This record gives sequence, C-alpha cells and structure tokens, in this order.
Amino acid sequence: MTTTDPTFSAEQLAEVRRLQALYPDARGALLPVLYMAQDTFGWISLETEEYVAGLFDLSPAHVHEVVTFYTLYFRERPGRHVVSVCHNLSCHLAGAGSIIAHLKQRLRVEVGETTEDGRVTLLSVECLCACEAAPMMQVDDRYEMNLTPVKIDRILEGLA
Amino acid sequence: MTDEKILTRNFHRQDSHTLDGYRATGGYQAWPKAQAMEPAAIVEDVKASNLRGLGGAGFPTGTKWSFIPKTHTGPVYLVINADEGEPGTFKDRYLLERDPHALIEGMLIAARAIRCATGFVYIRGEYVEPWRRFSAAVREAYAAGYLGKGFDIVVHRGAGAYICGEETGLISSLEGKKGWPKLKPPFPAIKGAFGAPTIVNNVETICHVPHIISRGAAWFAGLGTKTQGGTRMYSVSGRVARPGLYEESVAVTLRQLIYERAGGVTGNGRLKAVVPGGSSAAILTAAEIDVTMDVDGLKNAGTMAGSAGIIVMDETVSIPEALMVVARFYAHESCGQCTPCRESTGWIYKMTHRIVEGRGRRADLDTILDVARRGAGTTICAFYDGAVGPYISYIEKFRSEFEALTDGAAATPSRREAVSHA
Ligand SMILES: Cc1cc2nc3c(=O)[nH]c(=O)nc-3n(C[C@H](O)[C@H](O)[C@H](O)COP(=O)(O)O)c2cc1C
Ligand code: SF4
Ligand code: FES
Repeated sequence: MTTTDPTFSAEQLAEVRRLQALYPDARGALLPVLYMAQDTFGWISLETEEYVAGLFDLSPAHVHEVVTFYTLYFRERPGRHVVSVCHNLSCHLAGAGSIIAHLKQRLRVEVGETTEDGRVTLLSVECLCACEAAPMMQVDDRYEMNLTPVKIDRILEGLA
Repeated sequence: MTDEKILTRNFHRQDSHTLDGYRATGGYQAWPKAQAMEPAAIVEDVKASNLRGLGGAGFPTGTKWSFIPKTHTGPVYLVINADEGEPGTFKDRYLLERDPHALIEGMLIAARAIRCATGFVYIRGEYVEPWRRFSAAVREAYAAGYLGKGFDIVVHRGAGAYICGEETGLISSLEGKKGWPKLKPPFPAIKGAFGAPTIVNNVETICHVPHIISRGAAWFAGLGTKTQGGTRMYSVSGRVARPGLYEESVAVTLRQLIYERAGGVTGNGRLKAVVPGGSSAAILTAAEIDVTMDVDGLKNAGTMAGSAGIIVMDETVSIPEALMVVARFYAHESCGQCTPCRESTGWIYKMTHRIVEGRGRRADLDTILDVARRGAGTTICAFYDGAVGPYISYIEKFRSEFEALTDGAAATPSRREAVSHA
C-alpha cells in the first residue's frame, strides 16, 4: 500500500472539471472520475474516496457507498491482470464449471484471489452478454470467447 | 413477415461502424427529413409504427414520448439504456460496435421529437470495446456537424451492477449515486434524470427510428404483428448448433428461431426447455415453442418477450441446476432496498443450492413457491418480479426433476449415507 496521498495532476484536475461540466449537476461525473482515480492509483482506497469526495464537495460516506455498490471498482489492489470468468446460465450450459476449475488449477488460486506473484486476479462474474460465444471471460479490457483449456493456457501465457 | 434485415443490414461491412460506412449505405438521410417535420409529427409517426421498447418492458415508444409534459419549459433529457446485462442477451453490444451511427441518428430524431438538447448514453462498464467504438462515432458525428448544433451526446460508463439497467436505477447511477431504483410514480417522463423530464430508451429501440422516418410508419408496422411493428434482434445461446444473433420479424415463432435459424439443438439432441426473453422470463417447455415472439404473443403464453435473449436447454441440462445458477444471479444483483427482494433472493438461492446438493426436502419446493409468490408485485422495481418468473416456472414445469433430487433420492454420498442410517 502506498503511503503518499492520492492526488491528480493539474491536467487531470482539468479533466475532472471538464467531466463535471458535462452533467446538469456536477455529481453526475462521480463514476467517470472514480474510473480516472482507479486508472491512476490502481485501486480505490479510503484515502482516494476522501480525495474524490473533496473534488465533488460530497461526503466521503457518499463516495464510499457508491464505490462499494459497483463491482468494477477495486477496494484493494488487484493483480496486474484481472480475469473475470462468466458463470451465468449460457456459460454454465457450455461448461463454465470446468473452465473455472481449469483456471483455478492453472493459476493456483481460488476465485476472488490474486496469484502470489501479483500477476492475475481471478473473479467469477455474472453474464457479460457475450453468450453466443460461451464459455467466455473478460481479461482486462478484452472479451475472450469460446474458451477451451488449450485456449485458456495460451491466454494466460500472454499475460506478463 | 419479412426476411429483410434492418438493424443488422450492415453488420457484414468492415467499415459499418464508421461515418463513411454509415453514409455509404444511406445513413444520416432520415435526419434531414425529420428536421423538416414538426416534433409532434415525429411522435405520431413512431406511434403509428407500433414500435415497442426492446429493452425489456415492451412499452409503446411513441406513447412514452408523448408523456413529456407539453407545458414544460426547462431541460428535457434523452437517456439511452446501453447497460445491457440481462443474462442471455447480447444485441446492444453488436449495435454499439457495428452500427453506432444508427444510434446517433436515432437519438437526433428522438431528441427533436421530445425537444431535448442533451442525450446521455449509459454503457455498461464491462463493454470497453463497444464504448470505444461508440465514442469514436460520437467524435465523428461532432466533426461532421451532426452533433453540437442543438443536440449534444454525453457518453457515460456504468461500473458493474445489473440493476442499473432498470431505468430509475440507471438514472440514480447517472446522477452519481449507487444504482438504487426509485419508486414510480413519478415516472421518468415527468421527473427523471437530474429532476427533469426524461425519456429512457433502449439502444435497439432507438436504432429503429431512422428507418421508421425514412420508410414510413406503415411499412414498419407491416413488418410485425397487429400490436407490434418491425423486426428485432434475437440473441440465441445455450444448447443450439449455431448460437448467435438473428434479426427477424417480431412475428417469427420460437420454433423457427431455434430450428431454422440457430440450426436446432446441439448434436441433434432433444429440446427440453427454452427461456425466451432473457433470464427474467418464465421458462417454456419443448411443447410450448409454437409461439410468436412479439410482446403480446409471449405474454399470452405466460412468459415475456423481455430482451429477446433466448437460452436453449436440451435433455442433458439439469433444470434444478439451471435454476440454482439463475437464483445465484438474482441473489447477487438485488440492490437490497426492498425487504422481500433482498431476503427472498438470498434465501431461494440457498434453497436451490441445497436441493441440487441433494440435501433438500420435497416440502421445500412448495415453500419456495410460496415465498416467491408472496413478495411479487410489492417491490420498488420489477427486478424481483423478474426473479419470481423463473423461480415459479422452473419448479412448476419441471417439478418431478426437482422432486427426484429431494428426500434422499439424490446421489450425493453424504445424502446416501444419511438415508442408510435412517
Ligand atoms: C431489473 C431490470 C433490468 C433491466 N435491464 C435493462 C437493460 O439492461 N437494458 C435495457 O434497455 N432495459 C433494461 N430494463 C428495462 C428498463 O427499465 C426500461 O424499461 C427500458 O430501458 C426502456 O427502454 P425501451 O422502452 O426502449 O425498451 C431493465 C428492467 C429491469 C426491471
Ligand atoms: S425490487 Fe430488488 S432490485 Fe428492485 S429496488 Fe427492490 S430490492 Fe432493489
Ligand atoms: S452467460 Fe456468460 S456471457 Fe452470458
């Protein structure tokens, strides 16, 4: 964990103001600014919540409530890569269970954990709406579709 | 009925997502036509087209637009629901990636109809590539002068919460709050985003609008049934030979979609059950697939058209296990505001899990049905009713399969042991 306080650069602060001006009420920009914070600091700590709250004149409690409501904000530092495998119905019908078992075995983690070297966090998630290509998962920004154990191994090898 | 593709007509083109690609196939020609029309005339056209919302609820689009108070003088907002999250659905993802300008042109026309100067497009957070594609199209549309002259688009990303697909949850989220749905009335058309009259429409609904303006309401109405016009995009997944996205008239039957478009059941197996409209729709048995896929056709069949996400199950599928997966989803996604929804979704998931593990009792089935029914219709939003649909229909229609797992009949070792000691 970093001990320095989270702060945006002057350029980023200008971007915050630009985002806030897009909404009839500046608070509309809270989600996008939280994304900026996560991209910058890697995750959203209580200090970051407080910092962002200050940028919006909101209470830290409000920001905390928002951050904890959504699944895409990380409240601890994730691995360098996040693998989110879908476990909803169509993927289940296409064998998501064995896909998840394979990932767990290859990465030597349980779902929700990060590999010891900090390389990969494994999550299981609800429908990512790519059910035509089940079983599937999201690796960082990318959708990886029609998974097989062989394909998964190749994808994992590509993650530095 | 028609075989004509409307929404997906350009999907095969490499450049379908670009301004040039869109214009080369007739794009941005409805907009000047709409500009020459009175806003009220646009609303009338959309009403006459029998376009119904394709996000889930199936509400008539023109009628919804007409709810914006005529005397209102302040801002009005158009919010596009691109928070696609209904299990089994993947159509809006394709539209954002492959035809983003159709959405922009549809928004221009819709905004004129409701006298709106700002539109928001709320894209689910996981859709990074669709978001990039759509944002690039918005930049092109600004550069070309379609946007920025009386109408602006703000692209907004969600952050991972199914409930933000519900229109008032979406509005809460857009306002920078957790995505808690709000009690209706007031409906968004009266008091919506940032307290202003707001129309929330699904991506696919709005992508139809340019075609209605270009080719006429009668043409569009004629593509469908008496009470719903047009085509829509069916997301077909599960145990079929060719899972994928199929655009068809809303008058197509479920049987045609499964057997003629998606190639029938995987490995020529036998059909067991189908979910016709996303996981919140009641399940149909193999004997119930001769229904038309329009809103009223499926309603009469005791289920719903919903998001047109079709999930096919064959004889190899365990229905209790499928219900457990579905119940886990609702337990995870309940926003927790209403007691019946928060408590029942969690409890029912636990019970289905117990049954699948062979630790359930036959009487549990009636308890689940009873608990499910009691909360229905009492909650702030339709999420809970969307969970009750599967709970009840899976158990009622496949009861013997559930019963076979209860009271020691299941094959789990712990259960067998318990039985032998009994
Ligand atoms: C729990 C729940 C989830 C929903 N999810 C979506 C969704 O992901 N996308 C969508 O367009 N509509 C969704 N809806 C429907 C919206 O509330 C709303 O009816 C729709 O966006 C209106 O647009 P339309 O009239 O064009 O269909 C959902 C509704 C509920 C109750
Ligand atoms: S029904 Fe469920 S999801 Fe909807 S507001 Fe109530 S608790 Fe939230
Ligand atoms: S069920 Fe896995 S992507 Fe939809």
